[in-house]
Amino acid sequence: MMENTKPSLLEVQNLVTYYYTDEGVVKAVDGVDFKVYPGEIIGLVGESGCGKSVTSLSIMGLIESPGKIVNGKINFLERNLLELGESEMQNVRGAQISMIFQQPQSSLNPVFTIGSQIEEVFQIHGKISKNEAADKAIELLKLVGIPDAVKKTHAYPHEMSGGQAQRVMIAMALALSPKLLIADEPTTALDVTIQAQILNLLADLRRKFNTSVILITHDLGVIAEMADRVAIMYAGKIIEQSDVQSLFDHPKHPYTRGLIASVPVMGEIKESLDTIPGNVPNLIDLPIGCRFSTRCNAREEYQLEICNKQEPELQRNQKSGHEVRCWLYQDGEGHTAPFKL
Amino acid sequence: MIAEVITKRNIIEVKNLVKYYPVLGGVLKRVVAHVRAVDGVSFNINQGETLGLVGESGCGKSTVAHTMIRLLKKTSGTVEFDGKDIFSIKSDELKQMRQNMQIVFQDPYASLDPRLPIGDSIAEGLKIHHLGTKQQQFEQVLAIMKKVGLEDYHAVRYPHEFSGGQRQRIGIARALVLNPKFLVLDEPVSALDVSVQAQVLNLLKQLQQEMGLTYLFVAHNLGVVEHISDRVAVMYLGKIVEITSREQLFLKPMHPYTQALMSAIPVANPKLKKERLILPGDVPSPLNPPSGCRFHPRCPIAREDCKQVEPELRDILPGHQAACHYA
Amino acid sequence: MTANSSTINGNAVKDYRSNSLWRLTLRRILRQRSAIIGMVILGFLLVVAIFADVIAPYSPYQVLIGVEDVNKRQAPCIHLLGCPADQPQHIMGIDGNVRDEFSRIIHGTRVSLFVGFSTVGVAIIIGTLLGAIAGYAGGWLDNLIMRFLDVLLAFPSLLLAITIVSVLGKGLQNALLAIAIVSIPSYARVVRASVLSVKETAYVSASRALGGNHAHILFGRILPNAIAPLIVRGTLGIGTAILDAAALSFIGLGAQPPLAEWGQMLGSERNQVFTAPHLVFYPGIAIMLTVLSFNLLGDGLRDAIDPRLRSAE
Repeated sequence: MMENTKPSLLEVQNLVTYYYTDEGVVKAVDGVDFKVYPGEIIGLVGESGCGKSVTSLSIMGLIESPGKIVNGKINFLERNLLELGESEMQNVRGAQISMIFQQPQSSLNPVFTIGSQIEEVFQIHGKISKNEAADKAIELLKLVGIPDAVKKTHAYPHEMSGGQAQRVMIAMALALSPKLLIADEPTTALDVTIQAQILNLLADLRRKFNTSVILITHDLGVIAEMADRVAIMYAGKIIEQSDVQSLFDHPKHPYTRGLIASVPVMGEIKESLDTIPGNVPNLIDLPIGCRFSTRCNAREEYQLEICNKQEPELQRNQKSGHEVRCWLYQDGEGHTAPFKL
Repeated sequence: MIAEVITKRNIIEVKNLVKYYPVLGGVLKRVVAHVRAVDGVSFNINQGETLGLVGESGCGKSTVAHTMIRLLKKTSGTVEFDGKDIFSIKSDELKQMRQNMQIVFQDPYASLDPRLPIGDSIAEGLKIHHLGTKQQQFEQVLAIMKKVGLEDYHAVRYPHEFSGGQRQRIGIARALVLNPKFLVLDEPVSALDVSVQAQVLNLLKQLQQEMGLTYLFVAHNLGVVEHISDRVAVMYLGKIVEITSREQLFLKPMHPYTQALMSAIPVANPKLKKERLILPGDVPSPLNPPSGCRFHPRCPIAREDCKQVEPELRDILPGHQAACHYA
Repeated sequence: MTANSSTINGNAVKDYRSNSLWRLTLRRILRQRSAIIGMVILGFLLVVAIFADVIAPYSPYQVLIGVEDVNKRQAPCIHLLGCPADQPQHIMGIDGNVRDEFSRIIHGTRVSLFVGFSTVGVAIIIGTLLGAIAGYAGGWLDNLIMRFLDVLLAFPSLLLAITIVSVLGKGLQNALLAIAIVSIPSYARVVRASVLSVKETAYVSASRALGGNHAHILFGRILPNAIAPLIVRGTLGIGTAILDAAALSFIGLGAQPPLAEWGQMLGSERNQVFTAPHLVFYPGIAIMLTVLSFNLLGDGLRDAIDPRLRSAE
């Protein structure tokens, strides 16, 4: 694959983020590795509680007590972000890595105008006159497709619809041309017709600025349309990672397969949907061995005994770059994998 | 199947239902405007079938769902349940009728009383209607819990000890314990993760067959609606713009809004990176809906007369109605 | 909760440890340091109040002229601190009517706690009823009730209490009534706000859909979920009520002599603050400690039950 020849922009190595609550240690992210290459969109997919949002907050250095990054490295432009002080991190946030969130309206400050909030981004990170900042704000609003940009700089967040607010958030996130944009469920709170607009906008801007994007979502449809590569997360770990085509054509992990099969697809009428039995495990009290073993159909089908004893490693197919963490594809002690990756 | 013999019997008949919310303003709190949440909606549901009601946020689909079982007061129109107008009956009779029409809510976290063990939550309907002795009520609760896939020992646990999917099962059990004929499902799976969503959808289908239920299924996700519904109504800004069987709707959507809605859904297949039909602009406010056809400011095929003349819902094919001049 | 759970007494549920919200809340409260300190002080005061007859060496009303060799407003005599053993011990000294100050302070605990709990109890019952009806019914009834309470709130509470007592006549009972009346509006408002938010939840709609009547919905569903802020408010309110009662007694409108009430004790000796400071100091400390305990407990409860903090979990 091409990907190996390019140097990565961001490399997350063995990231471990735990939350120390009164009920116990919540293992939100428990050893996550992935790379982001310049200009690509990588999708981070999983259900609630899989650790996808905590991963992004860890990259941004926004983990707050009782959370703590216990282990790992986050290499970004040849620096380990975890070793930076708070003031250095502030220079990175917004300028080199920026983030947009699920609830755009609550991410904007309700008492300031849209214009002044965008101008503030410029003023925090560089010496720029107020007039220049105002001009740039208008330019940005036009770029993200806000009609009447000049007038809208004087508008307050409550005067905007959810879709427009998300456009403003995107404008603020891209204000300083960051190298990496983290989009955490950017369209989940929006209606489908508005979601289509925002996804189109994100794709356009990515092309224009060559920004890398980490797109976090639970919607496989959004991933299929937007992402170049996909990482599927389950209970704090990446369980499958590959380019998007290969993932949808040949999903390897039983969880990925179950996930794809459980979504009702328009135009395909089935009597009943395929389901993944059970619920997402409690992150305080995880199953021993493979985290998915308690819900896994394949485990029973192939009568694998190792699954609830030992945790599988991420296996990589050197040719395709497809990675999967499952005993179906990994040999172990007294266990022969039924499949070759 | 038995269901097929009686399918043609109407259980719900909604005629011209209107629900306005007054907007109060000024020092004297006078009514200065109305939010036209539902503005003249008519449909019927046959016994044993599922009618899907889809639309984007603010289109009025949840208001329809809540008004048609008299959880909200209507502004005008009628809703007949088994031939009786539910807005003209007395409160005693309404209480009786409530045994036959129940609702499941969207938010599994807000729909259960946090201070009540879930067994008591499920038993609430039986207690309100004084059905059976305590022992009988208890047995009925355990029976319905089993039916929706909960264990006996769950009965004494509290809502916060359950996951979203389990809570939705509890909500379904509470609605079904009275053995109703008709169930309103107000976005029952939109707050759930996909793997759990599929479980709940399958459960709902299975319960429908076992108990001969009639559903109104409200959702914003067309894929989910197509999966569960027999017929589908699409709403936009307080009106139904298209209503037909699901096969018809998904094969041949007539209304440009339905077409755009279907085109906007991202498909989980990267090969189909299709050219989407993207609607410009936002959904207008129901406080001040556009003149003529409410969809005209965003409509790709709108013409001059669409701005003035409001289209009626009309038969375009047998059993396929759409509200568009040019459909 | 036990009453509710008794209906679900199946065989499968034997060894299940209940995890009700109340229990979780209690656990959270026990993690609040201020709540613990408040509870410890309060527990101490309760013990003192209950066993006042045992703890106090004298009757609070016994005049010691001719009984012991003591003088009016004599300073404390504590044997451990070097007071000669042949003098009778009075650890807080003797008051202006030659009574044992310590015994009066001890008995005063009863009065003050009674004042706090009774006024707040009455105010909460009436306030909850008014607030719940206003919030649940809405419309003109809401307007009527709340505007009436707004009028009450428009007066400074102590001034209003003074006015009420002046009309009804002085005395502890009337003072309590006055304090209860002036604190009704604040409880009513808390309950109304809380009812308004709980009223909109889906489980209340579900109850209506099941056919529940208004009483069932208001008292069975809404109120149990709406009283959390009231508990916080009530605890803080007890402190205020005790303070108000002491103030009324201080100016002579509340408890009348010879009743051992701290405010009254303080007030009657206020001119002797330089010659007999112990007669002002001890009642003052007692009031302060009591009010502090309720305030600490109330603060702790608020941190433990406040829904805004809870949602951050």
